[in-house]
Amino acid sequence: MIPATFEYHAPSNLKEAIRLLGEHNSGAKILAGGHSLLPMMKLRFAAPAHLIDLNRVPELKGIREQGGMIRIGAMTTENEIIASELLRTKCPLLPEAARQIADPQVRNCGTVGGDIAHGDPGNDHPAIALATEASFVLTGPKGERTVAADGFFLGTYSTQLQADEILTEIRVPAIGKGTGWAYCKLKRKTGDFATAAAAVQLQLDGNTCKKIVIALTNVAPTALKAKDAAALLTGKTIDDKLIEQAAQKVMSICDPAEDLRGDREYKTHMAAEMTRRAIRLALERAKGK
Amino acid sequence: MAKTHISFNLNGRPVDVLAEPRELLIHVLREQLAHTGPHIGCETSHCGACTVDLNGRSVKSCTVLAVQAQGGNVLTVEGLATNGTLHPLQEEFMQQHGLQCGFCTPGMLVRAYRFLQENPNPSEEEIRTGMSGNICRCTGYQNIVKAVQHAAKRLQAAGGK
Ligand SMILES: Cc1cc2nc3c(=O)[nH]c(=O)nc-3n(C[C@H](O)[C@H](O)[C@H](O)COP(=O)(O)OP(=O)(O)OC[C@H]3O[C@@H](n4cnc5c(N)ncnc54)[C@H](O)[C@@H]3O)c2cc1C
Ligand code: FES
Ligand code: FES
Repeated sequence: MIPATFEYHAPSNLKEAIRLLGEHNSGAKILAGGHSLLPMMKLRFAAPAHLIDLNRVPELKGIREQGGMIRIGAMTTENEIIASELLRTKCPLLPEAARQIADPQVRNCGTVGGDIAHGDPGNDHPAIALATEASFVLTGPKGERTVAADGFFLGTYSTQLQADEILTEIRVPAIGKGTGWAYCKLKRKTGDFATAAAAVQLQLDGNTCKKIVIALTNVAPTALKAKDAAALLTGKTIDDKLIEQAAQKVMSICDPAEDLRGDREYKTHMAAEMTRRAIRLALERAKGK
Repeated sequence: MAKTHISFNLNGRPVDVLAEPRELLIHVLREQLAHTGPHIGCETSHCGACTVDLNGRSVKSCTVLAVQAQGGNVLTVEGLATNGTLHPLQEEFMQQHGLQCGFCTPGMLVRAYRFLQENPNPSEEEIRTGMSGNICRCTGYQNIVKAVQHAAKRLQAAGGK
């Protein structure tokens, strides 16, 4: 399996990458880790005339903190996310999810930016970005704009990213005191995409849930934010009864596609179960257990 | 489409090839450079039989373009033995029966080599996680894990490498 012919470009800085993308516009694609794009090109589901490789653009790598925000370069790999002490303490949901993505070799190549920009509902970072209330920096010929993760994902393989824009940075607020988090992912085997998964980040004030965000992977054409389920729990002391009500609300918004991982009913029920587990684990962590 | 000139180090020796940008690293290694250690198992980024080391990281060479190796360092199973002496990992795969048909073995060895650099004294659990990108259809993994455990001990006793 060999991709269709294309012209290869390896810019050494962001400015050059944006210029190249603008020049070839609709015929060009960005190559990040290549672990979604190259498989699609091998199957000829994608056949860009130009490939712009970002792997030699150092400014798109790295993780740093600035004003309570963690800024992650789009070309940061999953393994770099797992290894980051800063993320482990300030945005622990990211390494927790990255550890559940694919396998060690894929995680050496696959980037957080590629996982988000691809717009695949099976990818894990979109739900994580929703749950952590992240925002994305999109850079194009006219400069950069920052958009919230909530609203960025429009449909399968469709996002707010324009053809001449590059996702350059992911910004994630550092967690506050009393925060709990969990990403519970059901998969058939190591390295598989989620049958269903739930990301939860919540903050307690004593026993009261001050704030909670719930997001779901692979149970609709995009990652979903379960707003009604979260509203049920906000301002309350979360108990089993409330968790059950939230799980029922989650099921009501699921719209999964049937495939080898299961039929619609099964996936919907598994989304609810992952939500129950993620809320319980996040609560335990928030209480420091 | 015009071919590109690609230079990189393969198992410590400089190599030059001409390849189209669309050619995958696995094809260039096997077909142009006669390094048939890395195998094509699935061609869909799943099995790990094509695993090589690129710039100190394990990658699946069926999912990397050959042009991306430009200026880099590539290690394949052919580069593990030194002067005809097998690497401790190769020895232990043999001693512990870490292979049956052997198809997955070159990928397993190159992955295990890098894994033990990253984690010289791993637990069984860590070995299973670290090797989870490599599929074996014969052994049931038990003896592969054992081989990696034994090799880790030998490498530690010998002070790394
Ligand atoms: C065996 C296997 C198992 C996997 N399992 C999982 C899993 O469990 N969970 C999961 O989330 N993913 C999984 N993946 C996908 C993997 O994580 C990919 O690496 C990821 O989806 C895409 O990131 P990438 O860096 O490889 O991007 P690429 O494949 O290079 O690009 C993907 C798409 O995004 C665009 N793009 C990339 N970066 C940018 C950018 N900075 N700006 C604008 N556009 C950009 C590209 O043009 C392309 O259209 C798996 C992949 C494999 C091969
Ligand atoms: S041949 Fe590359 S992963 Fe199977
Ligand atoms: S020994 Fe046959 S596939 Fe592993």
